[in-house]
This record gives sequence, structure tokens and C-alpha cells, in this order.
Amino acid sequence: MLPILEEHVPVTEHATRDLLRLATAGSVDDGKSTLIGRLLYDTKSVLADQLSAVEAATAARGGGQVDLALLTDGLRAEREQGITIDVAYRYFSTATRAFVLADTPGHVQYTRNMVTGASTAELAIVLVDARKGVLEQTRRHATITALLRVPHVVLAVNKMDLVDFDEPTFRAIAEEFTAYAAGLGISDVVAVPLSALAGDNVVDRSTRTPWYDGPTLLEHLERVEVGRDAQIEAFRFPVQVVIRPRTPEHPDYRGYAGRVASGVVKVGDEVTVLPSGKTSFVVGIDTFDGPLQEAHAPQSVTLRLADDVDVARGDVLVPTGSGVTVGSDLEGTICWLAEKRSVLGARLLVRVGTRTVRALLREVNARLDVDTLTVDAWDGVDTLHAVDATDTSSDIPPRSLGLNAIGRVKIRLAESVVLDDYATHRRTGGFLLVDPADGTTLAAGMIGPTLLDRIAPTGSSADDQDWLAGAGI
Amino acid sequence: MSSPTLTQLDALESEGIHIMREVAGEFERPVLLFSGGKDSIVMLHLARKAFWPSAVPFTLMHVDTGHNFPEVIEYRDRVVEQYGLRLVVASVQDAIDDGRVAERPDGSRNSLQTVPLLDGIIANKFDAVFGGGRRDEEKARAKERVFSLRDEFGQWDPRRQRPELWDLYNGRHKLGEHVRVFPLSNWTELDVWRYIERENIELPSIYYTHEREVFLRDGMWIAPGEWGGPKPSETLETRTVRYRTVGDMSCTGAVESSAATVPEVIAEVAASRLTERGATRADDRASEAAMEDRKREGYF
Repeated sequence: MLPILEEHVPVTEHATRDLLRLATAGSVDDGKSTLIGRLLYDTKSVLADQLSAVEAATAARGGGQVDLALLTDGLRAEREQGITIDVAYRYFSTATRAFVLADTPGHVQYTRNMVTGASTAELAIVLVDARKGVLEQTRRHATITALLRVPHVVLAVNKMDLVDFDEPTFRAIAEEFTAYAAGLGISDVVAVPLSALAGDNVVDRSTRTPWYDGPTLLEHLERVEVGRDAQIEAFRFPVQVVIRPRTPEHPDYRGYAGRVASGVVKVGDEVTVLPSGKTSFVVGIDTFDGPLQEAHAPQSVTLRLADDVDVARGDVLVPTGSGVTVGSDLEGTICWLAEKRSVLGARLLVRVGTRTVRALLREVNARLDVDTLTVDAWDGVDTLHAVDATDTSSDIPPRSLGLNAIGRVKIRLAESVVLDDYATHRRTGGFLLVDPADGTTLAAGMIGPTLLDRIAPTGSSADDQDWLAGAGI
Repeated sequence: MSSPTLTQLDALESEGIHIMREVAGEFERPVLLFSGGKDSIVMLHLARKAFWPSAVPFTLMHVDTGHNFPEVIEYRDRVVEQYGLRLVVASVQDAIDDGRVAERPDGSRNSLQTVPLLDGIIANKFDAVFGGGRRDEEKARAKERVFSLRDEFGQWDPRRQRPELWDLYNGRHKLGEHVRVFPLSNWTELDVWRYIERENIELPSIYYTHEREVFLRDGMWIAPGEWGGPKPSETLETRTVRYRTVGDMSCTGAVESSAATVPEVIAEVAASRLTERGATRADDRASEAAMEDRKREGYF
């Protein structure tokens, strides 16, 4: 069935449309810009003035088929000025689903950009050129997708027209990639043979791939289940602000405003406020549009509790008795995003959930080489125990992370916080490292064991390894 | 156990509310730029939802070019009164009178808004400034952050923009700097209209069809006024029009339209913005309207 396009649908039917966030990984050579242009064009999501500009540019170069890559080409001026090229967001929609696409450039600073784009994506499209098959950069893209735990992956085997829509070519690429992805813990891979340039199997089903009975790219994007992970994870509610109107109408109202990060909360549920550990019951779930009996991720609501417990911005409400880790020793994996390199022993800020705490970078003990996809692990220098962390005369060289490096770290926090493993809590298990001097975002991190530990386990026990397997990473 | 997935509009609304609460939690003196245009009206609606049953904890600021649609000023003042809000007006006329900016030969004041805007931010020590900008408006805007750091001169330095991951917005800034915040980043123009329809949000009447004396200039229907026009070569005529954007009256063009209701406007926007496959020539009117949208970006 062909997707029904926006313009053909009565206004009221949009009421049930949902939203999918996705990211694309691939380089210009793979035809990524053309593919995105094709999605925008065939779903008629292109603004009239954008289209006329592209048509004019095409005509100026001698005409012919409209160059869809130009639709996303807003970056030339930046390239000329030497400005950082980074994530651009694109919007398209069909009758049943709207899409927010994070378009991450493949060449320049791909790690930083892909990590950023993948952090909010529920689906990643990895592009390969059918003539070239799975390349080193394909494996790189799969690795970052796995590191950020994007739940769904589409392998778009592009330029099928240049291999005469040959089925064995497609099958071989799909099998090689699926096996590689499985090794990284990616279980949901759908491979689609397509030609972005000619439009085969992007939106419209191709007559040139009679051997292919799977969905077109857009059909798959419309069908993939969204938001499920956040809903099956345990309840987490980082408090953003305390609502206290103190008006004649609401003299004693006290509510905790936030967005359900994961799971479900119902009126009557017993909750624990972390890190303090005080418990109470949910007596009301309020919204401007009226009270609710339950709320689920990612709804923004205001919770009222039975007891007058101390709750402030930065606290997290969790189900009572669910064994949530609270602590001040954070171990995890970070991707360094700043030009200036990490310094061991540096005093930083960690932003996790709605809380910001002072922090000390204690140790870097492994680094993922995204080119060779190997992990370089070593005995880290723990700056809490070293006399001088920056002492380069010792046998162990100081290790630091530069722009785009991915490393395993230990961080000491000035206060206890909720430490959710990113492997089981994608929304509350992520954190930022911030420079207290100028506010720069230095790094993005994931708490607990990640892909790095799968590739290069630390000296942990067999139990930990079993647990890792159970966590699906 | 399975919960229903949020609809697109619910997801966008929840995200907008989340962003507004983050600003309330992280900043001392936030302000919401309020032009009386549909995007700023939707922002205010989100702010009312985010903090209910408390009042909106933000001041509103209107950058007033002096060339206003009376219907919009009336709407602005009524909303401020109704919700007990505080309004700061940053006046382009005052800036001209003080010599901070000079009137342009063509009488347009759109590009003159930056100085009073920044002066207003500095004078009131605002540290977070909500704007209604959307990433779908223009290719360059597609890369704008939700939290966009500005230096002491209000300038946007692409090199200093911070990567935004998950929903962790970093609003830290130095004294004198401020952060522009765009809670509607992920909305499209149609999303805004559909939300207005769903929430039954009142807009200034000029968004809907009405008869107006206008003259044609650069392909746009412009209303007459003391700022110039019509010139002898331009003819005043009565047309059935509506406005797609609200801005400086001297350069905001009306489009010919009979759309009297939100669904009719949605149908019109959908039709004029989406071009049939294979079409060779885009609709001039849509093109001009989009251009106008972009001009307004100078304001922000």
C-alpha cells in the first residue's frame, strides 16, 4: 500500500498521527542528501520556495532531472567560511506519522554529530552504496548507533540502479551488515534495496525489484513501533520546577512539574524521592486540561504527593522499592565534544536529569578507536590516589580525550545522584560534562556498562558479564 | 502493559512545556517575545499550560516598530490584561528619537528592531529570551539549537553553539550573555495551525479573511499608512485578503484569501506550501509569504 500523503487527508484525521525521531548516517558519496531530498520531495514536504530555488539551481547547471540533494544543501556557505558543519533537522510527514529527521554529516566531525543526532533517535538509517557494500565507515556508523542504543536500524542499500537491481548483491550486503550489527547488540535491522536518485523503494514501490517483498523505506518508517522503550522501562520523573501558586484559589497547592522520562505513574502509586530517599504516594496527576489517572513517557504533567516531603528541582521520583542506584561515583562512557582536550583531575560539572553537580574527572581507562573499532584499554591513573595526575614522568602516560574521542571514565561527584544505567534507562542514564568556567558542553556520557565494555571488558567478574548480556548490550 | 503512544501534537506540546519548565528552573529573568503573531501566541499558550495553576512566570516583551496593526495591539493588550501578565515594550520609535537607529529611506522598520530588542534585553537584565522560531522555516535555521547562546552583542556565533543531546539543555552563560530559547523548534507551520485548531486558540482577526484597502508592491498587497504608500504609480484597491504573518505594517504583505476559519486556513497553507510533483513553477504568492517569514527572522 502506498503511503497516504498529507494533502489528501481530512484535517481531523491528523488527530491520531504520531511522531518518529530518526537519524541518518552516511556520507554525501552514499547519496544521503539525495535520499533525504527524495523523502522530502515524495512526501510533498518541500516548501514551494525551496523547490523553486532548487529548480532554478538545476536549470542554471544545464537542466535535466531536479537535483534533490540541493534541497538539503544549506551548508555550502558554512563550508566556505570554515564553520563547523553539524546536525540539521528536517521535517516530513504522512497521514499517519510525522518525522523529525536529524541529518548528520558523514565527513566532518561525524562522531560528535552522529552521537548528537542518535541521542534522541528511535531509528537510524545507515546508508551504503550497493557498489561498495559494507565499508569501514558503515561499521563506524553501526557502532555509534549501538553505543547510543538507537532501538531500530534501517540499512538503506542505495544506488541499486547501478548494480542492475541485482538480488544477490543486495542479499550479501544485508547479511554482512546484519551479522555485524548483531555482534554490536543491534537486533532490529531492516534492509531495503533502493535508488534515492530514481525513487525506487523510497516512497513508491519499485517495479525493478520484483524479488523484494519487504516494505519501502517510508512504509517501514511509518510502521516501526515508537516510544515503546520509554514506556516499558521503570518509572522515572526528574522534577523540573515546584508549582506553588499561593493564590486565593490555590492557597496550599504544591505540585512537582516534570516530564515522565520513562515508564508509567498512576494515582495511588508509592514513590520515593531520590536522592533523599523519602517516600510518599501520588495523590494527583495534574495538567492544564484536567487531572489524569495515569501518565506515561513522554508526557509533561504535575504530580502531587500525599505528604509534605521535601522535593526540589533535580530530584527524581521513582517507584518505591525498585532498587535504584544512588551514588557519587559515576562510571561510564563519554564522547568528548569540545576542541580542548580532557584533563585528568579537572573540576567539571555533571548534568544528569534536571540536576547539576560539581564533579572531578578521576580516570580515563579505555578509548574506543572508531576507525579500527578496537578498544585501547589500560590501567587508568586514578587522580584521587595519584600524587600528581599530570605527572608525565611516571611509567603510565597521562591519558586524555580529544574532540570526537570515545572513552571509558570514572567521575567523582560532589553529591549523590540517581545513577541509572544507560543500557536500561536511555533517558535518565545520559549525562553532560560541562565546563564551569564558560558553560561549554565538553562531553556527552552514558552511565554504566556500554558497548565499550562489550568490546573490552574491564577486570570485572563473570557475574557482571552475565548481567551485561542480560542488559542486551 | 502498554500505554498509548502520544500523538504528534501531544508530543510537540509536551516537549514545548518541558523546555519552558527547564528555562524556569535554570534562569533568573526569562522573557517571552510576544508580537501578537501566531507563533508567540502558541508559546504563551504553552507557558500557561506549563505552570498551571500558577501564573505564567515570564515577562512578555513586544518589539514595537510603531507601524502596528491596531487589531494586533488590541489583542496584545487584552491578553496581557486577561492573564495578569507584565508587558515590556521595546520601541523602535524611541530608538529612532534617541538616535540609536536611523530611519531607512524605504520606511521599513523590520531591520531596525534588533537594537531596541537588545537594549530591552540588557535594560531588563533578561537572561533567557523565548522566540517562536521554527527549524522548518529556512535551511539555515534547520541547524539552530533549542538553547542558542548569544554574546553581549546578541550575536549568534556558530562556533560556540553547544551540541544538544537527549533532552539535556545547557543554559549556562556568562554575565552579559543571554540564551535564546526556541520551544517550537520542531514544529512546522502546519503543526502550529493544527494546534491552534485543536486548542481553540484565538488569534488576531487579521489572520482571517477580510476586506481591506491595499496596493500592490513587489508582488505583495500592502496596506496604506503614513510610512509611505501608495506612491503615485500604485493604485489603492479593495481586496479580500488575510495575513499569514504579523509584522511591521509597512512591509508585511497580505495574501488574497477567503479563508475565514482555522480549517480553511490549514487547507490553504497545505495547498500553497506543498507543490505538486513535477511542477515547474512554484506559486509566487507562497514564495513571497515564505520570504516574509524569513524577513521576520532579522527580528530575531
